[in-house]
Amino acid sequence: MTYAPYDPADGPRVALKILIAGGFGVGKTTMVGSVSEIRPLRTEEVLTDAGIGVDDINGVEAKNTTTVAMDFGRITFPDGIALYLFGTPGQQRFWFMWDELCYGAVGAVVLADTRRLTASFAAIDYFERRKTPFVVAVNCFDGGRRYGMDDIRSALDVDPDVPVILCDVRQRESAKKVLISLVEHAIKVGGP
Amino acid sequence: MDDDSRREQWLDEAAGPIVRPYAVTRGRTRPRGEKLDLVTILVATGRIASDRLAPEQRRLLTLCRRPCTLADLASELDLPLGVVQVLLGELHHNGLVEVRVPDLPAEQPDRRLLMRVLNDLRAL
Ligand SMILES: Nc1nc2c(ncn2[C@@H]2O[C@H](COP(=O)(O)OP(=O)(O)OP(=O)(O)O)[C@@H](O)[C@H]2O)c(=O)[nH]1
Ligand SMILES: [Mg+2]
Repeated sequence: MTYAPYDPADGPRVALKILIAGGFGVGKTTMVGSVSEIRPLRTEEVLTDAGIGVDDINGVEAKNTTTVAMDFGRITFPDGIALYLFGTPGQQRFWFMWDELCYGAVGAVVLADTRRLTASFAAIDYFERRKTPFVVAVNCFDGGRRYGMDDIRSALDVDPDVPVILCDVRQRESAKKVLISLVEHAIKVGGP
Repeated sequence: MDDDSRREQWLDEAAGPIVRPYAVTRGRTRPRGEKLDLVTILVATGRIASDRLAPEQRRLLTLCRRPCTLADLASELDLPLGVVQVLLGELHHNGLVEVRVPDLPAEQPDRRLLMRVLNDLRAL
């Protein structure tokens, strides 16, 4: 791919998505903030309830929604490629937005915390089922027992070729490494 | 208590109070035509609107003089994604904005692009 000289004032040339997922309090917001400039973004959760959400003839619906804050950050590279990071709330009821986020995405980072690995199982299941390339980034929280990589791997029960890496996403270099391993993995599992 | 008033009072600690953000879209909650992706890059075509535009749509058109994604625009306007999706869908439908690069046709970005991103990240 060859690009002509790029002027940032021209806006992004190519925009790509990466999801930052994982259970409650695993460090999603921290990770987005340490590698990119974090910006406010809201989406809305539709409160599904029998009898509402039915289209009338004008396409006007009586939907009840509540807004949900997402982590959102952008890294713009000098060649005009922009990487958009989306961190979604950990609770399972916010998954309604994941399909849309996953579509065409490079892949996902599942953050996990050794003190409660189970909180990230649901996210792992989701990306496995959806065949979205993902890596598991295990945050070494203070006070968390240091487990060996093999123990963590077997507890997570992920496919042998899914990268599992230790990180401290409060540090930019560490968060960057996580993204690099995701892109490497996406290249490896991706098609031609 | 009837259903409506119960819904109005419903509060969510994680998500905040229930709002009716679709007032700015005149109640429309679904975009016209194809749904625009969060990272679809849009740019104003410069065409003059024939209908009256909502103030938010005028702001969107101004911002789109420089190519922007839906996510950028929603963040900039501080409106929920779904609302901006509807507003932009209408602008797109009426030829006021256009998609800059074709939407990623594949489920996965292509390998060469990923290689490029990898080098970019390493150089960061
Ligand atoms: N030791 C350590 N602490 C971390 C790390 N990442 C995040 N933290 C801390 O963990 C706490 C929670 O981090 P957040 O980034 O808010 O987690 P989150 O996933 O966004 O949380 P929710 O949005 O509430 O689900 C913060 O106090 C962070 O400083 C890490 O890699 N190592
Ligand atoms: Mg958070």
